[in-house]
Amino acid sequence: MFHTYVLVCGGTGCDSNHSGEVIETFKSKIKEAGLEDEVQVVATGCQGLCAKGPIVVVHPGAVYYQEITPAKAAVIVDEHIVKGRVVDKYRLTEETADESGSLSINDSNFYKQQVRIALRNCGLINPEDIREYIGTGGYEALGKVLTEMTPDEVIQVILDSGLRGRGGAGFPTGKKWKFASGNRGKVQKYVCCNADEGDPGAFMDRSVLEGDPHSVLEAMAIAGYAIGADQGYIYVRAEYPIAVKRLKIAIKQAEEYGLLGDNIFDSGFNFRIELRLGAGAFVCGEETALMTSIEGNRGEPHPRPPFPAVKGLFQSPTILNNVETYANIPEIINKGAEWFSSMGTETSKGTKVFALGGKVNNTGLVEIPMGTTLREVIEDIGGGVANGKKFKAAQTGGPSGGCIPYTYYDIPIDYENLKSIGCMMGSGGLIVMDEDTCMVDIAKFFLEFTVSESCGKCTACRIGTRRMLEILTKITEGKGEMEDLDKLEYLAKYVQANSLCGLGQTAPNPVLSTLRYFRDEYVAHIKEKRCPAGVCKALLRYEIDPDKCKGCTLCARNCPVNAISGEVKKPHVINTAVCIKCGACMDNCRFGAITRK
Amino acid sequence: MKSLAELKAIRESMQGQIGLRSEDDDTTKIVVGMATCGIAAGARPVLNELVKDVNEKGLKNVVVEQTGCIGMCEYEPIVEVFEPGKDKVTYVRMTADKADEVIEKHIIGGKPIADFTLSKVDI
Repeated sequence: MFHTYVLVCGGTGCDSNHSGEVIETFKSKIKEAGLEDEVQVVATGCQGLCAKGPIVVVHPGAVYYQEITPAKAAVIVDEHIVKGRVVDKYRLTEETADESGSLSINDSNFYKQQVRIALRNCGLINPEDIREYIGTGGYEALGKVLTEMTPDEVIQVILDSGLRGRGGAGFPTGKKWKFASGNRGKVQKYVCCNADEGDPGAFMDRSVLEGDPHSVLEAMAIAGYAIGADQGYIYVRAEYPIAVKRLKIAIKQAEEYGLLGDNIFDSGFNFRIELRLGAGAFVCGEETALMTSIEGNRGEPHPRPPFPAVKGLFQSPTILNNVETYANIPEIINKGAEWFSSMGTETSKGTKVFALGGKVNNTGLVEIPMGTTLREVIEDIGGGVANGKKFKAAQTGGPSGGCIPYTYYDIPIDYENLKSIGCMMGSGGLIVMDEDTCMVDIAKFFLEFTVSESCGKCTACRIGTRRMLEILTKITEGKGEMEDLDKLEYLAKYVQANSLCGLGQTAPNPVLSTLRYFRDEYVAHIKEKRCPAGVCKALLRYEIDPDKCKGCTLCARNCPVNAISGEVKKPHVINTAVCIKCGACMDNCRFGAITRK
Repeated sequence: MKSLAELKAIRESMQGQIGLRSEDDDTTKIVVGMATCGIAAGARPVLNELVKDVNEKGLKNVVVEQTGCIGMCEYEPIVEVFEPGKDKVTYVRMTADKADEVIEKHIIGGKPIADFTLSKVDI
């Protein structure tokens, strides 16, 4: 019988910070102390606070330790595990709100505003042990559905809950299921899961798959029962090795327990799930391309209609939902539609998971009720903009989304509000940008991404995005003209209107939203040949102030291209024709004589 | 898996493991002093017995925790019970058998055992 549990985060973020070695250290040290039968070490999914990883939580007491190394793990075993003395110096440093000195992380700013539904088990259970999932009430929703509810009742609950697709577009999940529900038992149907998370900086779906894979399997089986399908496919990218491994284990265990397979809960319902690994093409996150790829063909989209609910995978009615959408389903079945729809705003119910990244202190994974403001997410949960800089914009929706400027810092986050300001919810990437970020450069970054990820099937996307990128490159190199902005806008609208699939239709969004809110930056690049944020290298110029320069030669010695010349104890000069603008001279100058313009 | 009852049986059997990881405000805490002094005086069997009892009896909202030395090494093993809204009760010179009694009479029965507390022990 175990009296103490050491939960070590085994998500990708912490894993890349060597949490694997930390787990090994805990295990061997605990064995050394002869406590292997009393203390259990559990590798969990993502705890959320990736910035402070590897995270270790010791229960009972829910004591959070941050940035744990194997050496620190050894100390924790000696002190906390063996002697019961919490090692304060390794504890999470964030101030807890509870004055009584509560050790519970739930009182910290990072967690207290969060409502974890999709992430309910992430960081709490061992994702590789189905019994732990069952221990939290797992598969009870499936049991309830199969033994007590009709398929139409299931669809009604999902409709009533107001759940909308968490993959980006926000289509009501219940409606999708309803469209595919005709002719149950007469035709072959499929349930697919979109785990092809491709937005740069987004890792919500990965974390759910790594931390709680069974919730997705359970929800897919529920969906299968609702529409009358007996086969499911999870399309997951091969770049997520930990997620793939845990999914495989989860499917195998569910089959062993008879929770997948034939005659589940003695109801006559059969359901199987197979994995399909994607090679990481962004376009395969688009539903028609994803299904084409599962069929074994090159991942290219095709026009809709027919919609997948009518004619999808292998020409059969198919529903495709995103990982996070599925993760909500068992909780909705267990707790009811009313419970779920009591959270959120008028049109957007429940919660949303965001991968908080960029220039913010608490990089990590957060789940907030819909309607939370951007300010709360960044200032309270995120701990504010990093290094005390000023907030400039937040980017949501990745290459398909847009930027939210400071003007809308207090806008409640939901599908409609974000859309109304030219942005989108997207799958949940939330990148914070500070005053040192050049918005033209950001637009260019996302466009570079879509250009390389465009599948090339339709002309508008293949050529249109490339031409747009060329114009942006021209502007960042200081060769832009004012009419370029009109061309850019015209092209953007053309690509939006004429592309075949969502990739092309949304690719211009980063450009359009930055043009809308940060047009002055574009103008500064073009008219003044100046990058206000000091990012675009071609527009930078380093200069030495002759009055401040002491002629110490330090800059000249550090210049990698020998662009600086001058005699000892006399002011030096930079040859701008040779200078590569690396900034090494400025970093090394002890007299503040070098300025960047 | 043939029935919900079968599933619930697995859930029950996991309650001890999973329940420990989620605490809320109405949780009763049984804290065992596990510093060098406590361990030397025999705190480990006491701790294990408490954990075993809580699990076997399926007690909800009860967690067994460890703490360090509280200063009265002479009276170890010391076990303290914190019930929400009540004064804490400190038991001294505990043994595994006494632990069983504390679970039975105090945690389940709701009546602290005065005989095991500091006031009743000869100083």
